[in-house]
Amino acid sequence: MRKSIKLGLGAALALSVSSAAVMAENVKIAFIDPLSGGFAATGINGLHQFEFAAETLVNAKGGVLDGDMFEILPFDNKISPKESLIQLQVAIDQGARYIVQGNSSGVANALTEAIDKHNRRNPDTQVLFLNYSAVDPALTNEKCNFWHFRFDPHADMKMAALTDMIAENQDVKKVYVIGQDYSFGKAVASAAVSMLAEKRPDIEIVGNELHPIGKVKDFTPYARKVVSSGADAVITGNWGADMLGLGKSILENGFEGPIFTYYAAADGITAAFGESGVDSLYLVAEGDDNPPPKPETQEYIQAFKAKYPDGNMSQTRITNVIQMLAQAINEAGTATDVVQVANALEGMTFKDSLWSTDEMHMRPQDHQLVQDIHIFGHQPVEAPYDMDNSGYGLKVQFTVENASADIATTCEMKRP
Amino acid sequence: MDLVLVNLIDGLVTGLLLFMLSAGLTLIFSMMGVLNFAHASFYMLGAYFAYQISLALGFWMGLIFAPIIVGVIGAGVERYGLRRVHQYGHVPELIFTFGLALLIEELVQFIWVRNQMPYQIPDVLNFTAFAISGNSIPAYKVFMIFISIAIFIGLLYVLTKTRVGMIIQAALSYPRTVEALGHNVPLIFMGVFGVGTALAGVAGVIAGPVLGTFPGMAFVLGSIVFVTIVIGGLGSLWGALVASLLIGWITTFAKSYNIRMEDILNGIGISTPENLSESMFRDIWAVTSPQIADILPYILMVLILIFRPYGLFGNRDA
Repeated sequence: MRKSIKLGLGAALALSVSSAAVMAENVKIAFIDPLSGGFAATGINGLHQFEFAAETLVNAKGGVLDGDMFEILPFDNKISPKESLIQLQVAIDQGARYIVQGNSSGVANALTEAIDKHNRRNPDTQVLFLNYSAVDPALTNEKCNFWHFRFDPHADMKMAALTDMIAENQDVKKVYVIGQDYSFGKAVASAAVSMLAEKRPDIEIVGNELHPIGKVKDFTPYARKVVSSGADAVITGNWGADMLGLGKSILENGFEGPIFTYYAAADGITAAFGESGVDSLYLVAEGDDNPPPKPETQEYIQAFKAKYPDGNMSQTRITNVIQMLAQAINEAGTATDVVQVANALEGMTFKDSLWSTDEMHMRPQDHQLVQDIHIFGHQPVEAPYDMDNSGYGLKVQFTVENASADIATTCEMKRP
Repeated sequence: MDLVLVNLIDGLVTGLLLFMLSAGLTLIFSMMGVLNFAHASFYMLGAYFAYQISLALGFWMGLIFAPIIVGVIGAGVERYGLRRVHQYGHVPELIFTFGLALLIEELVQFIWVRNQMPYQIPDVLNFTAFAISGNSIPAYKVFMIFISIAIFIGLLYVLTKTRVGMIIQAALSYPRTVEALGHNVPLIFMGVFGVGTALAGVAGVIAGPVLGTFPGMAFVLGSIVFVTIVIGGLGSLWGALVASLLIGWITTFAKSYNIRMEDILNGIGISTPENLSESMFRDIWAVTSPQIADILPYILMVLILIFRPYGLFGNRDA
C-alpha cells in the first residue's frame, strides 16, 4: 500500500518535472487597449489581429528561440490613461515583458513615462513598449525613451506624405483645413499649413477651422463654408463619427474635390460612405494595396477573414510588430533580457513584411520605424480585401518610399 | 445673398427634424408632467430599427414599420414602467426615464456594437434636387421637409379637428374631469406616449442616413429637445414648431458665418484693446460664432424664461 503511494507520488512528480521541461516558456505580450465602451470595436479588432499574427506568423512556424510561443494577454484600459497604468502593473505581475498599445496618444504618453520609471527602478522585470498606432510626434521626440518603439508613421510623417501628393497636383490652388478642437486636430492643422507653405507657397489656405469634438449633430453649415470658400481640396484629421459626419456632409453638399484624411476607413466608416466616397476620399497610412501583390499576404488576409468574418485587416502594421519582435528575440538569443532585445530591434532592417517588398528600418536615434507611406483612395475592392464587408476598401494612389527617413527628431535617448 | 437662401433651407431642415422630436415630447410633458429623458433614445431606436428593416425590405418599409415598432415599445414603457412609477411622484419618474436612456444605449451597443451603421439614403432620392451657386440641395433634404410638414399638418388636424384630439386637449388641462366624464385617461396617456415616441422614431428614421447611425446619436442631441419645448411653451404644437425653426436657423447661421466677437464689439463702439494677449477679456474677444452656435439656443431659453416664463405659445404656467 505504502509502496504504491510512494510509487504513484514519484511517478506524478517525475511527470510534472518532465512536462515542465518539455513545455517551453511562453513569451507574454500584454495588449492594453479599449475592449469595452466607446472604442471597443477598434480595440477588439486590434486584439484579433494581434492574436492572429502571433498564431500564424510565429507559433505555427515553431515559435522563437527553441520553441517558445507568443502569448497575447488582453487588458481592457477603457481608453483611460489612469486605467492603463493599473493594467500595466497587472501585466508586469503576470510576467509580460512586452506591452503593445495603440489607441490614443494620451494613453501612450502615460504608458511610456510609467514604463521608463518602472524599468529604471526594477531592472529584473524590465518591459518594452511597442506602440503600434499612437501617432503623437512627441513620443519619438521630446518624450522619447529607450523602451518605446513606434511602428506607425507619426502625424507629421503622414502629413509630409499627404502634402507631397497635394504639391504634385497643380489643380489644387485652395485648401480647406478642418479638424476636431483638441491637441491632435490642432497638430494636423499646423503641420498642414506649414508644410504646404514650404512645398507650394502658391496654395491658399481658404479655411482653417476647428469644431467641437464629438458634439456636432449636423456638419451641413461647415460643409457649406467649405463649398463657398472655393476650396479644391480638404484636409482633416477627424476620426469616428466626426469623420463620417463631416465627410458625408461635404460630399452631399456638392464638394467635388479630394478630401484627404487620416482615419476615413474601417469600423463601419467605409461601409457608411459606400459609393459616395469613391474618387473623393483619401487616407494616408502604411500598408499595402488591395488585393496585395504578394500571394502569402493574400492567403494571410483570407485566413484572417475566414476566422473573423466581421473583422477588418485595418492595422496592417500589427504583423510587423509581431515579426520584428520575433526576429529581435531570435537575434538577441533571449526573450527575457529586454535590453538585449531592444538593442536588436534598434536599427533593425526588416525585409519580410507582408505589406511591402521594400525594407523597413527602425531608426536607432528615436525608435521610429521608417517605411513606405501610401495615400489610399476609397475605391471598390473585392472581398475579402475590402473593409466592413462592404465591397469598398483602400487602393494605393500615391506612394512615398522610405517616407520621412531623415525627418528631424529632438530625441535625446538615455541608453541603459 | 445666395448663401442666405441656402442657410434658410438648411436651417429649415434642422428645425423640422427638431420639431418632430419635440412634438411628441411636448405632448407627453404637458400631459403627464414627465420629462422623458429617454426621448432621444427612441429617436436612436428608430434609426437602428429602420436600418435593420432596410437591409431586408428596403428604406420605405423601414420608414413605415420602424416608427410603429418604436411606438409600441414606447406604449409598453408607459404601461408597464412609467404607470407603476407614477404613483411615487415625479422624481422616480425622472430617474426611471434616465435609467431607460442609459439602458437603451447599452442595449444598442450590445446588439449592433459600436460601429457606424451603413444606413444609406435610398437610391431614388440620392441625387441633387437643385443647386444654389455651387451649393447642392440634396433631394433627400427636400423629402425631409415634406415629410415633416405632412406630419405637422396631420398632428394639427388630429388635435384640433377630431374627437380624440378634443379629449387629449381636455386631458392635458383637466385629466380628473375627463376621467369623471367616463373617458379612459390612462389609455389616452398610453396612446399619447406611444405616438410621441413613434414621432421620435420617425425623426430617427429620416435623420439616420444623413446624421449618421451610431450609439452616440441620442447623446449628441442632448438636451436641445427640452430647450425647444420650453421656448415654444408646454403642450403647444405651434410653439414646438416655431421654437424648432428658430433654433434651426440660429444655429445654422451662427455656424456658417465666422462672425468674431471683435466685429460685434467694434460694431457697438467698443474698440479693440491695444494688446489682446494682456487683456483680461482676451477670450471673449477671440470667440467666433461657430464656437458658441450650440450655446445660443440655451441663451434664448434663459431670456424666454425671464420674460415669458410659459414660453412663446404656452397658455399656462410651466
